[in-house]
Amino acid sequence: MNLRRDVFQAIADPTRRAILMLVASHSMTAGAIASNFDTARPTVSKHLQILTECELLGQKQNGREIYYHINAKKMKEVADFIEPFRQMWDERFNKLEAIMKNYKSKK
Amino acid sequence: MVQKTKISAEDGQQDLVITREFDLPLEYLFKAYAEPEIVEQWMGTKVLKLESKKHGGWQFETKDAKGNVVFKANGVIHEFSPGRKITRTFEMENTPFGVQLEVYEFEQLTEDSSKLTMHVIYESAAQRDQMLQLPFAQGINMAHNRLQDIVSKLK
Repeated sequence: MNLRRDVFQAIADPTRRAILMLVASHSMTAGAIASNFDTARPTVSKHLQILTECELLGQKQNGREIYYHINAKKMKEVADFIEPFRQMWDERFNKLEAIMKNYKSKK
Repeated sequence: MVQKTKISAEDGQQDLVITREFDLPLEYLFKAYAEPEIVEQWMGTKVLKLESKKHGGWQFETKDAKGNVVFKANGVIHEFSPGRKITRTFEMENTPFGVQLEVYEFEQLTEDSSKLTMHVIYESAAQRDQMLQLPFAQGINMAHNRLQDIVSKLK
């Protein structure tokens, strides 16, 4: 199984990204997370399961409740994955901009 | 810091969109894509051929210090509308990434700023994801080549 790609697909879904944003500030129960979405509870559960499977979310038992928290280490890995591609283009475009500014001032 | 270049790649899709705003008049942004000697400078590759017109072809090639070809790509231009749009295909030779369709849209924002929207469509979602991971390897190779250049000059 290509774990990297699974992680990438997990964060490409808008609802799952919203869940990650929500849990980023403090850990929450599945019920509390679901109350923020119009989506059916089982759909939210499915999203939580996917996010947990690819280790973007961690679980912690507190009494009878299970709290979800963000796995910061894994999140960084995902940013690292698309970031080099973005940076490559950013550097190219910076160069283009600098060359054309120079070109413009010579005219 | 605000990120000037943005990438959007949706779940399981075979395309991605790159956007960038430039502190350049539209005319100069477009020129940077149309004229071979300018493309060469910012792409950091040799432009063997760039026929900026409908049915025109293009060919890029990059060599390392020893003269080995490290990057070779080619394609065909389907639409060339000055100051507005370029549609072309892109194929990296000797790689398993297939042929991409690239749609470049150029927009004027103000007199001195412009925007580029680059829509890239891959043959499959898997190929897109592989391509996204590629710069890792590329970055390493480029650093390696640079090191080789410096070392060979020391000799």
